[in-house]
Amino acid sequence: MSIFVYGDNVDTDVIIPARYLVHSDPEFLAAHCMEDIDVDFAERVAPGDIVVAGQNFGCGSSREHAPLALRACRVSCVLAKSFARIFYRNAINIGLPILECPEAVDGIAPGDEVTVDITTGRIENRTTGRVFAARPLPPFVQGIIDAGGLLSWIVRSEEAGLTGGNAI
Amino acid sequence: MGMTMTQKILAAHAGLKRVTAGQFIEAKLDIVLGNDITGPPAIKEFEKMGASNVFDANKVVLVPDHFTPNKDIKAAEQCKILREFAASQGIVNYFEVGEMGIEHALLPEKGLVVAGDAIIGADSHTCTYGALGTFSTGVGSTDMAAGMATGRTWFKVPGAVRVVFMGALARPLCGKDVALHLIGVLGVDGARYLSLECGGPGVASLSMDDRFTVANMAVECGAKNALFPVDDTTKAYLTGRVTRPWTAYIPDADALYEQTIVVDLRALKPLVACPHLPSRVRPVSELSHVSVSQVVIGSCTNGRLEDMRAAAEILRGRRVRDGVRCLVIPASQEIYLQSLREGLLEVFVEAGAAVSTPTCGPCLGGHMGILDEGEVCVATTNRNFVGRMGHVKSEVYLAGPAVAAASAVAGYIAAP
Repeated sequence: MSIFVYGDNVDTDVIIPARYLVHSDPEFLAAHCMEDIDVDFAERVAPGDIVVAGQNFGCGSSREHAPLALRACRVSCVLAKSFARIFYRNAINIGLPILECPEAVDGIAPGDEVTVDITTGRIENRTTGRVFAARPLPPFVQGIIDAGGLLSWIVRSEEAGLTGGNAI
Repeated sequence: MGMTMTQKILAAHAGLKRVTAGQFIEAKLDIVLGNDITGPPAIKEFEKMGASNVFDANKVVLVPDHFTPNKDIKAAEQCKILREFAASQGIVNYFEVGEMGIEHALLPEKGLVVAGDAIIGADSHTCTYGALGTFSTGVGSTDMAAGMATGRTWFKVPGAVRVVFMGALARPLCGKDVALHLIGVLGVDGARYLSLECGGPGVASLSMDDRFTVANMAVECGAKNALFPVDDTTKAYLTGRVTRPWTAYIPDADALYEQTIVVDLRALKPLVACPHLPSRVRPVSELSHVSVSQVVIGSCTNGRLEDMRAAAEILRGRRVRDGVRCLVIPASQEIYLQSLREGLLEVFVEAGAAVSTPTCGPCLGGHMGILDEGEVCVATTNRNFVGRMGHVKSEVYLAGPAVAAASAVAGYIAAP
């Protein structure tokens, strides 16, 4: 398991540059993920690896291709100090695990061995021995994740006759 | 505690008397928008979820504007998916090349969005319609698919930043200078998850085109949306353009704001955002050492008629400097035609600029005007991230149309 550490304001243009957006095939997008700030990311990343970043991860475009590319790289989680709004929503909708935890990000250095429990939000830096707790997801958002993404959540809700309500 | 404009619109669309910041609601949608990049994946998801019909063929808008006119076979495939879906669903508001415009200029111009609407668009600059007193926000393709199928979506009700405009904006300052000033003050995530709620006596001095630019760039400081009050300028714009009734929401006197920013419009200077963040804002006067390889005047931010006029005023009787490429892209067919009628296109061509049919192409490094290593562009677009307009080692400076045109003439970043 490796971690990839980046700074603040990693934008969707570098997660997946627009020149590749004539495709929406996740595997194709994955092959070019992060290449404008980390040229061989796609070659180095392995299933289960973690992306660690600063503030405002995923700012910029609404392109869902960005979380799709990361998911197709099989990263187990993006851990950031904060996420830009649309990226956060897109990641939840397509089932890319993301966690906000500024303290953990500050407590992780390149080369550290880190484990993350997505369900509980427990983050352990096994190199330093420090343990962090990520902010829990709002229950409503957790519900979408539990359903397997937004579309499954809607289908499930409609089958249960739950939509049409207003306050959730 | 009272509600902001955004909160009132969301409450109305959720069928609730009141909502508060942080609350999750489900709201009805007046428009669901997509383009040739975000639309095809949304259509795939729409079909995967087993939906057969869009919730309302009059309320889904599809605009192929990003890689159009098609730049290659893959772009043509994407546009074909959009075109065939529009035909099969009987979608009224599909705009083919030739009648197309850049989506965020086109929808208001066609009268498709009105004050008081709740709108999602699979494009981050969907927040543009806030200039008309509309709640509108950018989402991704899955949200678009769900919106097309159900006509509803979920929102977390945002808190707000109140922006109070004082004084009056004097030309050649424009909406871009106001937008860059705000992003410079707030930073690229200063309004994250919040609504920018504009008001104050200075709003009256902002034209409709200025407001579109400011609302457009709200996402560049992280905002969910931006809203301007519905005043005489808004009403004049909507009148004769829209057929649906509109609702002007006014914030409660005791609405809660997380922060208030006062902007003295008289004190603004022409501004430029330096690479590689829209918040790296500096006065034009400090940047005359920056040589320019290309200038782009257009995009959903600044491709409107006032922008064309401001650029033409600078370029009239002058020439684009040798060694500089200047691209001018009116944002819609209507703007293109009016620019033609006013002789603006002639001014651009005589100055040595290349004039294009509407497209988002250069703004996102999609096609046309792609930069090579080491090249520098002054653009009226909205983002200057690493590699945004081409090579990872190229640079984009963001400015208003007058500064961009002046820079094209000078060959370096210059004040109008």
